Amino acid sequence: MVYENPDGVMIGLEIHVQLNKLATKLFCGCSTDYHTSEPNTHVCPVCMGLPGCLPVLNKRAVEYAIRIGLALNCEIVEQTQFHRKNYYYPDLPKGFQTTQYDYPIVSDGRVVIEGEDGEHVVRIRRAHMEEDPGRLMHMGSIEKSKGTLIDYNRSGMALIEIVSEPDMRSPREARRFLDKLRNILEYLDVFDSTLEGSMRVDANISIGGGDRTEVKNISSHKGAERALLYEIMRQKNIKRRGEKVVMETRHFDEARGVTISMRTKEEEHDYRYFPEPDLVPMRVGSWVEGILETLPELPDARRSRFISDYGMVDTHAKALTSDIRVADFYEEVASQVDPAAAAVWVSDVLKGELNYRDLNIASFTVEDMVKIIELVLSGKITEKGAVEIIRNILDEGGSPMDIVKEKGLLKVEGDVVDQAVEEVLKENPDALEDYFAGKEKSLNFLVGQVMKKTRGRADARSVREMMLEEIDKNYR
Amino acid sequence: MLDGLSDIKNKMGSSSAEEVVASYLEKIEKSDINAFTCIAEDAIDQAKKVDSLNIEGPLAGVPIAIKDNISTKGLSTTCSSAILDGYVPPYDAHVIERLRKAGAVIIGKSNMDEFGMGTSTETSTYGPTLNPWDSERVAGGSSGGSAAAVAAGQVPVSLGSDTGGSVRCPAAFCGAVGLKPTYGAVSRYGLVSYANSLEQIGPLANRVEDVAALMDVIGTYDNRDSTCVKHNAGYTDALQDDVEGLKIGVPAEYFGEGIDDNVQKLVWDAIGKFEDMGAEYTKVSMPNTPYALAAYYIIAMSEASSNLARFDGTRYGNRSEGENWHMMASKTRQEKFGAEVKRRILLGTYALSAGYHDKYYLKALKVRTLVKQDFERAFEDVDVLMAPTMPTPAFKIGEKMDDPLSLYLSDVNTVPINLAGVPSISVPCGFSEGLPVGLQVIGNYFDEATIIKAAHSFEKNTDHHTKLAGEVV
Repeated sequence: MVYENPDGVMIGLEIHVQLNKLATKLFCGCSTDYHTSEPNTHVCPVCMGLPGCLPVLNKRAVEYAIRIGLALNCEIVEQTQFHRKNYYYPDLPKGFQTTQYDYPIVSDGRVVIEGEDGEHVVRIRRAHMEEDPGRLMHMGSIEKSKGTLIDYNRSGMALIEIVSEPDMRSPREARRFLDKLRNILEYLDVFDSTLEGSMRVDANISIGGGDRTEVKNISSHKGAERALLYEIMRQKNIKRRGEKVVMETRHFDEARGVTISMRTKEEEHDYRYFPEPDLVPMRVGSWVEGILETLPELPDARRSRFISDYGMVDTHAKALTSDIRVADFYEEVASQVDPAAAAVWVSDVLKGELNYRDLNIASFTVEDMVKIIELVLSGKITEKGAVEIIRNILDEGGSPMDIVKEKGLLKVEGDVVDQAVEEVLKENPDALEDYFAGKEKSLNFLVGQVMKKTRGRADARSVREMMLEEIDKNYR
Repeated sequence: MLDGLSDIKNKMGSSSAEEVVASYLEKIEKSDINAFTCIAEDAIDQAKKVDSLNIEGPLAGVPIAIKDNISTKGLSTTCSSAILDGYVPPYDAHVIERLRKAGAVIIGKSNMDEFGMGTSTETSTYGPTLNPWDSERVAGGSSGGSAAAVAAGQVPVSLGSDTGGSVRCPAAFCGAVGLKPTYGAVSRYGLVSYANSLEQIGPLANRVEDVAALMDVIGTYDNRDSTCVKHNAGYTDALQDDVEGLKIGVPAEYFGEGIDDNVQKLVWDAIGKFEDMGAEYTKVSMPNTPYALAAYYIIAMSEASSNLARFDGTRYGNRSEGENWHMMASKTRQEKFGAEVKRRILLGTYALSAGYHDKYYLKALKVRTLVKQDFERAFEDVDVLMAPTMPTPAFKIGEKMDDPLSLYLSDVNTVPINLAGVPSISVPCGFSEGLPVGLQVIGNYFDEATIIKAAHSFEKNTDHHTKLAGEVV
């Protein structure tokens, strides 16, 4: 199957990733652990841009940038340097942002995603380091606000801006790329995606070779997909009317699901880039090899290993590795019980129940999962009972054994089932007749009656087998 | 002859730091040369602390004036600009930390050209500093307050900053000694940036030995300035009276058009003196000197346009009222910056703009490399270079204010040094019509020792530094 891309959609993404797992900011020693703090409590003269302050580059941030570059199959530049990007905004305390311009630390990489027609390569143009500005809090809406408060806690946080080529052909591919990227970054242990503002997306989009628009500051992957869907529709409508799409910057209104024009190209800034004189150019040299050696196993490699080591199907391997925490959880479970059963229980059942409740894997313990799988495998509870335990733990808490006792989930003994089968056959001669007349469905009805009598504690498959045996023996 | 650090040490033997500081405060109070933008209210308390705790640092009890662009915790730092009026930094610059540790008493902040932009201290929002030798004349700039305070005996030592000659020019105009250290020898942490890639903090005093003593204190490594370099200092150790065999280079380009005849003569006399002392000189060529001035101003203004962006009235200093942030920031900058600062911001913005960046900024960087190569080549053959610091003695107040280009031209002999980043010292070498003239001794990278030795030897064998303002006709 080849994806034709009927509308000629081209999507390129710029993703700002906050390196929030660093202990300190990009150019000063301020703590990065500000997310639950009072405004303007994690600041110093440097990140406040007070007169006379000078930046000192965080070495660990450079290391993280190189890790990211290596994971995205990029080239790492031999010598890197910082530039000043000059513009005025109250959240930017120095009146310029220290960023990288013509020598980004990494460039020319690639990421493989699941595209519309199988594996699809998205090229990475570059990834560079820069500092985050502060945050503005408008009192009321941005247009009508009587005052604006500024929180500089975020000012100076290290960001990596990853820029893709316009290789994505649908909003779905864009979302998959973002998911894959987050996945890789989490494996690298360079950021925590659960913190606010940890990943912010600008999307460039054009259709049919026309001018592109840029949608700025999208805060979620789902939002990116929605913004792109809207933007494609909007651009198609413009073309349908015989008009031309103009190059401009747009804002995504999350609440209404629409994009709004912010500025057209005429108003684009001249950033007057020039080399940051307070930071000397830096050679990375042999440092890269050292970092390469410490690179962890990445999602694609782990997926292949899951298939080869645990013999699971690809869909399970994919589901289990798409979040490093789930993958770690699975491997811990698999080290204690049958890995094949664990794959099914974790990927099909547990993940489904978690998604339904919008919870993450941290809401469940490896210990409980192991216990539940053991109970099923030893035949003490039914699969249905196991699902009930999982739901109970998620909704009300408790331990598997307590729930088993409390709800009487232990599987009933064989003779009770035998007896139930006999009773059901006696009580339902009409259904039996129907079965003999060729209605396969009536057998399901009979099995269901047995399940009802045993209050679900019997195994449906074996009930069916016993039922057929009994019919053969006594009713033919 | 004015008191130096050794004289103060002697006095401290018989009296207290408190008395010493009080006597200097009195001199400052009586003076009308406008050398200070503010006096530290706690100066006496600082001195009392030195006395009561028996602090024995190398500068114990020594009062020092600090150029008003160096951040002092709890003491106003305005860069002589209305936009920073009322700004009190919450932190000390590296050099201030070092001075406090050495027992120095920060007595006040000295006047300067607004944000260091000028060659005469006339662009200060607090008015010009007057030259102690002639109150109708400028003190030089931009560290005019720091030089005048020293030359008038209001403090024995001071700190200035030198972006294109701002320590050496006022030193020459006021008859003081001023050192521009190698770029990277002194941490810039806490120095309010004007042109980061060019400027260095430098000491001023009436004697070479005091400049060296100050360098020993401030010239230490600081990891908060990425351009600061670890190196072996030992500035005081360099104080020797011995120039036997010293190879002096005299760059012809530094004696070109616009250099006052009298100044040229005094500098050649000084070189002759060095010959008498056992040194030898050769003429050297620095062919790219003529382009240095233009390159310097483009680079300095470009960096300045970016550095001064942060002064928008939002977070500190002084603001004008506006109906929204854009208007507030715009009006603040319009009303609180002086004309010269605005001129340089605009020119720098222009030079960095798309379409002009390559034509001006990039070209200037290329010239800078060539200028640097001139110095590297010259120092293959000679130990030091000697030239006039300033092309003329101090000019009259107001004389060049309406003609910025002619003012910029007076930096012709000082700016190449900043472009290259080499060290340079200005020492008094005589008087022209009653006004001091400075000899500039330029050294190789991190070779402050040689220029300190040369300047010290010259001082020991001449008497220019012993003259007091008013004595020379």
